[in-house]
Order: sequence, then C-alpha cells, then structure tokens
Amino acid sequence: MKTASREVSAVSLVQEALDKAHQYQKDYHIFNFINDVEALKKAAAIDEKIKNGEPAGRLAGVPYALKDNFLSPEGGTTASAHILEEFTSPVTATSVKKLEEEGAIMIGRTNLDAFAHGSSTENSYYGPTRNSKDLERVAGGSSGGSAVAVALGIVPFATGSDTGGSIRQPASFNGVYGLKPTYGAISRYGVVAMASSTDCVGFFTQNVDDMDLLMQITAGQDANDLTTLPDFYGKETGFDDPIKKIGVIKDFDNDAVAPEIRAALARKVEELKAAGHEIVYLDMPALKYALAAYYIIVPAEVASNLSRHDGIRYGFRSEESGDLASLYKNTRNEGFMPENKRRIMIGNFVLSSGFYDAYYLKAAKARTMIVDEYRKAFEKCDFILTPVSPNPAFKLGEKVNDPVAMYLEDLMSVSLNLAGVPGLAIPVGETKEGLSLGLQLVGPRRSDQALLRFAKQIAGEGEPEEDHHIDIMGGND
Amino acid sequence: MTKYIPTIGIECHVQLSTKTKLFSEVDNDARLKEPNSCVSPVDYALPGMLPRLNKMAIRYSVRAGLALNSEINLESRFDRKHYFYPDLPKGYQITQMYHPIIGAGFVELPDGTKIRIEHAHLEEDAGKLSHEGTYSLVDLNRAGTPLVEIVSMPDIHSAAHARDYAKELWRVMTYAGVTFGDLYNGNMRFDVNTSVAPEGSTELGTRTEVKNLNSFRSVERAVEYEIKRQTKLLEKGEKVIQETRGWNDATGETTGQRTKEAAADYRYMPEPDIPPIRLKAEIVDEERANLPKMPKWYRMEFNDVLGSDLVEVLLDYRPLMEKLAELEDKKAVKKIANLFSSVLLAEENASLLNDELPSKEQLLGLVEMLDKNELSSTGGKEVFLKFFDPEMHFKDTRTIAKELGVVQENDLGALEQIVDSVLAKPETQQAQADFKAGQEKVIGFLVGQVMKESHGKANPSAVQDILRQKLGK
Repeated sequence: MKTASREVSAVSLVQEALDKAHQYQKDYHIFNFINDVEALKKAAAIDEKIKNGEPAGRLAGVPYALKDNFLSPEGGTTASAHILEEFTSPVTATSVKKLEEEGAIMIGRTNLDAFAHGSSTENSYYGPTRNSKDLERVAGGSSGGSAVAVALGIVPFATGSDTGGSIRQPASFNGVYGLKPTYGAISRYGVVAMASSTDCVGFFTQNVDDMDLLMQITAGQDANDLTTLPDFYGKETGFDDPIKKIGVIKDFDNDAVAPEIRAALARKVEELKAAGHEIVYLDMPALKYALAAYYIIVPAEVASNLSRHDGIRYGFRSEESGDLASLYKNTRNEGFMPENKRRIMIGNFVLSSGFYDAYYLKAAKARTMIVDEYRKAFEKCDFILTPVSPNPAFKLGEKVNDPVAMYLEDLMSVSLNLAGVPGLAIPVGETKEGLSLGLQLVGPRRSDQALLRFAKQIAGEGEPEEDHHIDIMGGND
Repeated sequence: MTKYIPTIGIECHVQLSTKTKLFSEVDNDARLKEPNSCVSPVDYALPGMLPRLNKMAIRYSVRAGLALNSEINLESRFDRKHYFYPDLPKGYQITQMYHPIIGAGFVELPDGTKIRIEHAHLEEDAGKLSHEGTYSLVDLNRAGTPLVEIVSMPDIHSAAHARDYAKELWRVMTYAGVTFGDLYNGNMRFDVNTSVAPEGSTELGTRTEVKNLNSFRSVERAVEYEIKRQTKLLEKGEKVIQETRGWNDATGETTGQRTKEAAADYRYMPEPDIPPIRLKAEIVDEERANLPKMPKWYRMEFNDVLGSDLVEVLLDYRPLMEKLAELEDKKAVKKIANLFSSVLLAEENASLLNDELPSKEQLLGLVEMLDKNELSSTGGKEVFLKFFDPEMHFKDTRTIAKELGVVQENDLGALEQIVDSVLAKPETQQAQADFKAGQEKVIGFLVGQVMKESHGKANPSAVQDILRQKLGK
C-alpha cells in the first residue's frame, strides 16, 4: 500500500480517502462516522515528521477504515447499536493503538450488524451497507462496511472482527482479502465483545503483502488480553517445502453450495494440481455439528457479554422508567436490535439451570470434537481449501426474516472460530452476474504467516501487482 | 418432648488485602476514599474491556488455603455468575463455581473441635448501593476487590460454636496475613445457614440463610434466633420455608427476604476471558514454607506458660502474639504477656495497639531489669509505656529507665549508707524504739523513709533486710 513520503503527502492520501468516502457514502452507506477533521490533522503531523526526517512509521499516512466496534476516542463507538449511540470511549483498543503508532490514520468508522450479530450488515441500527458489486445486494457481515470500503478503493485496509465469519464472508462477497487470524493472535482489548472465545480481530486488504504487514504490526501478546498467545507471528516453522498438501473437505462439496462456488473451488484445485501441489480429500464428520454448537456457545457468550449494557453507567437509558426493573427492561428493549434480543434469549435459555447440560455442555463437547477434527486433518495436509459461504452475496431483505436461513450462511465459516484456526478469504473471480466469488484457505493454529505466504504463492496470475509496501521510512518494530 | 438438633453451615467472604483489585490495576484499599475514585474501565465494565489477573490474589488464595489446612488445586478456573443489579457492572460476577482454587480442609476451634471446609473459591466483590429516597447511588470502589469465599460443611451444632468458628476463621485469615480483617468495614462477612431437625433424624431440616453478618456477636445471635424460631415452628407442626433472611441488629430478629423458589437463575458459564489458572507446585511449597504461625501454634506453645484464658485473650491481637514468639524465653514471655494484658489491653491505652510495638531487645532488657530488681513492677510499667513514645524507639531499656529515674538501688553498701543516715535522723528515733519494742508494723514507716531518702530508687525488700539487721530483729 502507498505510504506517505516526501513525494506523496499524508494529507493528500487522507484527503483522497475522505473524498471517496463521502462520494460513496450516499449509495453504499459504508460509514457510521467520517473522521474529516482529526484525520487531516494527523496527516499534517505525519507530513511534518517526514519533512523533519523523523521516522513516521511503517504505515505513515495510510488511511484506514475502522469497524465501528473498535474503541477509540475518535468518533463514538456505536457498534451500530442504538444502545451505544451516545457512547464515546475514553480507551483505545490495543490493535488501534498499534496501527496508529505506525502512522495509520483512521478516516471513518464502518457499519456493521449491531454488535456484529449478523451476516449481512442489515441488522445495523443505521441501516444496511450495500454490496460493492451490486447495490441491490448485501455487503455481507458483520463487517460489511469495512469490506466495501476496501473493495471500492476508499482505503487500502480496514479492520474487522470475526466471530463466525464476519471478516471472511463479507470479504468474499466483495472480492477482497479477509483474514481471521489464529484465535489469540491479536489482542481483543478494546473491541466490543461478541463471543469472547471465538472473537478475532483481523483485516481486509487488496493483497496478501499488506495483510502480512498488518499482522506484523498488530499480532502479539497483550497483558490486557489474557487470551492472547505468546508472540508467534513470523516464527512459523514446518512450512518450508514449496510443494504443499492441500485438503479439500468432501462434505462441503454438495448441492447446498451454489454451482458457481463449487466450480470456482474445482478450478482452484486444478490450478493447484497443475502447479504440483498434492490434493488430499478429507472426511471431517465432526464439522456437521459446528453450526449447531456455534449457535449455542456464541449466543451464551453474547447474552453474557451484553449484560453490561443496562443503562446505568453509559450509553442509552430509557427515560420512561419508574423503577429499576423497568429501567432495565425498557433500556434493553429499546436499545437492542431484534437479532441482538434473539441471541440474548437463546443464550440465556441454553445457560438456564436444567438446560445447561443438554445444550451448553453438549455444545462444548462438540467443540472439542471439532478442535480434534482439525488437528487430525492437519496431520494429513498443510492447508485446507473450502468455500467461505454456500452462496454469493444475496439480495437485501432476502433472508432478514428467516434467521435460520441467515445462520446457514455461516455453515462453512464457523468451525474455524470454534477450533481457533486461521482462515483467509481469497478472491477468485466473479459470477456471470458479476458478483464476487471467494474461497477460504485454512491453516493450523499459529500458521498465519505461512498461510499468507502460500496464498501469495497461489494467487492467480491476473492479480495486479500492487505497489509493494516495503517501507523506506523506517519506524518501530 | 422432642429435642431438636440444630445444624449450621457458614459461608464467609474474606476481602483480600492485595494492593490492586483482582482484575484491574487500581487501588484495592478504598477506605477513606471518595466514592468511585478507585475504579478502572474494567471495573465499570466499559465495552471491550477484559480482565487482567492479579497474581498476588492467587498467592493470597494459596496462603488462605494453607491456613485452612486445605488442598490447593493446581488447576482452577473462573466462571461467570449472572444477575442484574446496579452494584454489578458487567451483569455477571467472575467467580469459581466448578473448579475452585482451594479444596477440602478444616478449621480447629480453641476447644479442639474441627469444622470441615468444603472448599473455598476466589471471586470479585460487587459495588455498593445507597438508597436516597427517590434515587439510588452506586459506588464501585469495592467492585473487583478479591474475595475468598470459604464454605464450611454443616458441622456446627450450636450458636456458640458458630461464633467460635467465625472468630477462629477471622484469626486464621488475619494470622495468614491475607486480609485487613476489619469487620466494621466489611472485610469479612458471614452468611449463616441454619436448620433444625428432631434428634435422631437422619435428614437435615429445611434451612434458612441469614446473609451479610459482620460481627461474631451477630453470627451468634442470628443463629440463636433462627434455632428458636425454627424449633417453635416445628413444635407447632408448621414448616420452615427455605429462604434468605435479613438480620436486624437493633431488634435482634431475622426477617424473611425472598424464597429460594423465586430466586434468580445465575446461568453459570465458564469465563472465556480468563484461561485456567495453572499453579506451579513450587509456588504452593513456597507459600507453605513462608506461612506465618497460626493460632494453633501459639496455643501449643503458650497455653502451659500463660494459661489458655490469657492466650485466647491475646490471640485477638496478632502483633502481640508475634512479639511474644520472638522473645523465645518462656519466662520472658510470661512477664511480657502479663504486661501486654495489664497495660496494653487496659482501655485507657487502647490507642497504643495501633503503634509500633517495642523491639525484642527492649522487652528482653525490661525482663532482665525486672528480674534483677533494678525495676519495681511500677517502674517496669512506666518503662514499658515509655517504649511507645516515638522518641524512644531506638533507645535501650536501661537508658529509658535512667531517664525516667526509676532504676532501683541494689548496691548493699550504698543502701546501708542511706539506711544509716535515716536511722540517725531524730524523727525516726521513736519508730526505731517502737519496732524494737515489738511493733512489727512500724517497719513500713522506716522503709518508706529510706525510699524517700533514696528518691524512690532503693529496692524496698533489700532495704527492709538491712533495717531488720541493723535494728537487731
């Protein structure tokens, strides 16, 4: 990606991004907030550093879009939810801090399904974001705004959070790269929690090298997040052989998957074979429990994590309430979207005494089986190639009243989150109608950089050679 | 008439005196602080905040567990307990429902009775609410303070034992040094479960829980009240309802608050933000090796010298016991223990208990001077009190005694001179004659005269011996 230099000023990079943001905002509804004032101030400060020959960071003057569930004092952090409409954070997320320390400049906060609950960005309190290829179709979700911001070239990268596919699915719906790293690779501190045990911070980019750089900058253990792993990014071993064994999951090749996606997968498999890689067909029967387990464990954690939104200390409070019980009821009833409430109810149900063993505990056992299934699979292959979702971008409103159909969109993405393994959505062309097609490359835990390297190795010849990011300005490590 | 046997189990919340809170790095000591001044974004549950874990709280828990003679679980986990209330910012309390850090153990009461501990777990405290008529105020200073909740087995069968257990638990925890043990400020709070059942019954009766008792006396009174109340109900053929009851200290009564049927479903789940705690065995060994002496050690050491009554009195003051243990010499222990109880525990000197105690050297010096009759018992007390004067902290006993002018004259030659001079005085002639004539009592007057002449420094018994010798009796 292009960084600021003596030749290209940060102000011009940021101004260009802001102009595009405003230009596309009306039709696509990408942003909840556009950071006009602060972004330009920061850009000017970067230019000043460059002028003085001071290090300005590896992302000097690079404009980026921030999913609106990351905390920072710039703009309110709404999570696209009414209940946080008036909320501005005094705290900055670890990932945001690391990006900004390298000179990146946030130009806007992007739309999402409220509290990241959804697969289409239609569950936003502020209305849906439109697909970058077709205004009648959904952006995917929950990180829909971020995917579209990168797809339309407003910014070279955007942040996302992926709890069950929220980065990979919108990336594939919009033809960009989307990485869900290994669970615990990047600190979750300062990201509005959806489900603590599956949430991952990740990114959207237009190429693999940018992704690699962002990982180098943001991955690492954080004392503020006890679930972060000891630093491993860039230290992966055991992936030296350029010829790889690639797993293909037999069960994912079925009639429920759209023909064009099956065809794209088959094409990619042929390309890999032609390049000398070995294809391994995998039976992974435990994955059939993934969606069911996911929609028990995640709502349970969602219900728990959203308990703090009670109208007492911050955010929206319903004024109609005469006593404590009605304050809670009215605030939460008015403040949450229907999908939020659905998940809160499911979550509380599966945790209720008498049901815990039958649902939550059983789902936790299924999860253990899924973790084990992936472990066994990676004894047979280096990486796995699968579709991201069964269908390309669907029409706005098509599934919004059918939650189960919407949940089925997550069929092939959620098992990664349950297993904690990394997955990269890679763009692989378009449908006849011009909709983006994506596949996902899955690696074992802590294989993130090797996964990116392989993605780069197999990227189609047609991919434009982006200006390489190699930084001449120096900066911190 | 049927006799009813009470059965009591006690849950005790102990606030740990760590510097910072359990999951955040703000000050854990909110005494005398403004409301909501010891609160971090983690404590007030800002979105996106995650718990950190205070390693000292883990150490203190291990220490508390060892003090309870408990097994320490090398792997323990946190869980979330959900309920809505403004004192609980996250909407859940982080606690240990399924895998507590402290396993089974026991507490031994002064009379030797062992009360078994079922387990004890580490959790966070909630904030405080004050209700002001039409509105309520929330203070989150206490939210996130580490607590160890100690759950006893139902091994207690009388109100007196309930009190003894509460008190012994307080001693054990304060001796272990894991809590300030300030009951007035809620550092230890007791929930008491009481039931009664007919003698010989194999099943326990329906229990009630009286929550949030913060004194040993209220534990005893609440249990007493519940035993009476429940027995009366059963005698009338009525049933005890399982419920939480509140204690009213002024009326000395418990009143029903909510029945268990309507109680909240806490929807426990594993805490996904905190990985399991895996303790190294060396940490437990280290804590075991460094565990301070427990009340039982002092009983075994001092009961024969001091008598158990005095030991039990002094046990309420850990620094005094520790000081006695430092002295090593049993005779010295006895002398100093008596000074502690007669001087320090006297009401007018209560404030001295907060001051730094005299050094071991000072105290041994005092014992030595008393033994050599260089100090009278009155002089000894004076010197002892003077130890607490901040200016005297580094001075040795003899210097202090000299400054106070209370060192007794034991030099027989010098004493003889003083006696001679007194006997030469005209005003003692009549008394000398009377004494020689057999009036034994008069010796007191003569000793007094010598003491006066010596400015109080003469050793009175030595003076008496010399007088008797001189007067030929």
